[in-house]
Amino acid sequence: MGIVSPLGLGLEHNWSRLIAGESGIGRIASFDPSDLPAHVAGEVPAGPTEAGCLTLSDWVPVKDQKKMDRFIHLGLVAATEAVEDSGWKPESEEDRCRTGVMIGSGIGGLQTIYDASITVHEGRARRLSPFFIPSALINLVSGHVSIKYGFKGPNHSVVTACASGVHAIGDASRLIMLGDADVMVAGGAEAAVCPLGIAGFSSARALSTAFNAEPEKASRPWDRDRDGFVMGEGAGIVVLEEYEHAKARGAKIYGEIIGYGMSGDAYHITAPAEGHEGAYRAMQAAVRSAGIAVSDIGYVNAHGTSTMADDLELQAVERLFGDAASQVAMSSTKSAIGHLLGAAGAVEAIFSILAIRDNVAPPTLNLDNPSTESAIDRVAHEAQRRKIDIALSNSFGFGGTNASIIVRGV
Amino acid sequence: MSEIADKVKKIVVEHLGVEESKVTPEASFIDDLGADSLDTVELVMAFEEAFSVEIPEDAAEKIATVKDAIDYIEKQKAA
Repeated sequence: MGIVSPLGLGLEHNWSRLIAGESGIGRIASFDPSDLPAHVAGEVPAGPTEAGCLTLSDWVPVKDQKKMDRFIHLGLVAATEAVEDSGWKPESEEDRCRTGVMIGSGIGGLQTIYDASITVHEGRARRLSPFFIPSALINLVSGHVSIKYGFKGPNHSVVTACASGVHAIGDASRLIMLGDADVMVAGGAEAAVCPLGIAGFSSARALSTAFNAEPEKASRPWDRDRDGFVMGEGAGIVVLEEYEHAKARGAKIYGEIIGYGMSGDAYHITAPAEGHEGAYRAMQAAVRSAGIAVSDIGYVNAHGTSTMADDLELQAVERLFGDAASQVAMSSTKSAIGHLLGAAGAVEAIFSILAIRDNVAPPTLNLDNPSTESAIDRVAHEAQRRKIDIALSNSFGFGGTNASIIVRGV
Repeated sequence: MSEIADKVKKIVVEHLGVEESKVTPEASFIDDLGADSLDTVELVMAFEEAFSVEIPEDAAEKIATVKDAIDYIEKQKAA
């Protein structure tokens, strides 16, 4: 597994900072946001690798960097960590052909498209880089990872806005179940913290603007003072493997994907339906495919974006758990890293697996005054040590798309 | 070495991320300097930009080595 996020570089570095209640949110540093309504975001910290920061040239050769948008850079960083961590380096042609890649993104190369548009607008179309298109295309993270490692199996991608990361991992696990591959590198990558991205989500009234002076307080899922999400950037990548295949080679196994459910709202382009019934059906489908009782689930990593929709998700989770609601912990790790859009579901699925590994529920930062009371413990402020055998992670996207994934320790 | 040759060499080093010593007049962009077809398109664009010349596609296709590029640009500049 591999993560690069506003909390930094690397799986364990991210996890330990998350558990310690640290925040990766700050004032936007990569450009001057003064003219925009929202001034805060979660950006991957630049700096030395050994300090848990990103030095891109350590991961992507300088001459190749300009051929890819930043979301591909970040995807490659996390994929490299994940593949190295998995120890899977197929040497035979057959093994390479049985190894695929499915990495999604919600937005893709937005800054690249912006820059190219200006070039064309200025009448310099003939000066447009030949790398413009492959730099912006969403499936090119999968393409670059396959080229780097020689993975010749299914090469696929997912674009379902903020559900992309969970859909990629869930669909990739299905490809393994269907026999299309033995190993799939899967996850999501996003880098839309740029003027066009911030302006666009601001126009949709989706971003927090009330905490520009106190960035770390801006992402506050379920809190009564929340006023929109905080955009984050990064990538989360896992290496999925057919169980017997992994066991036979003595692989390090973090956990098992046991359930996956999907649904559509058929309601509105950006707002969830009443009671988040689409989310309820996605969770229900995931529980059914896992063949477990909901009471077996010890931790829920919520979509929880710090918007009005938080309470609707809460209603759906309460409905799902019924009498078992008081037994489960649910938190939103977006409170610490912001909303990584198409990478969110992948990073959060990884956090869910680590929650099982360490029997720790990561905290929901800034949950000072819940807008709605609930029997569900939302792990305010501090991580909680508790027994977690099975975890569920939710992701919902614009267009009314919902995905839930259930993981278990091995 | 001419000013043009110097500048061409610098552009090649920068765009292909190769060591300066490898950028000899005879070096082929694709065979010796690790460029692919898209890299060469970008290189030609960089030459056009840096020297304010137009390099039509049929001429660009014939520029395979560092010397080809220098010769073409020198000819254009002399004309």
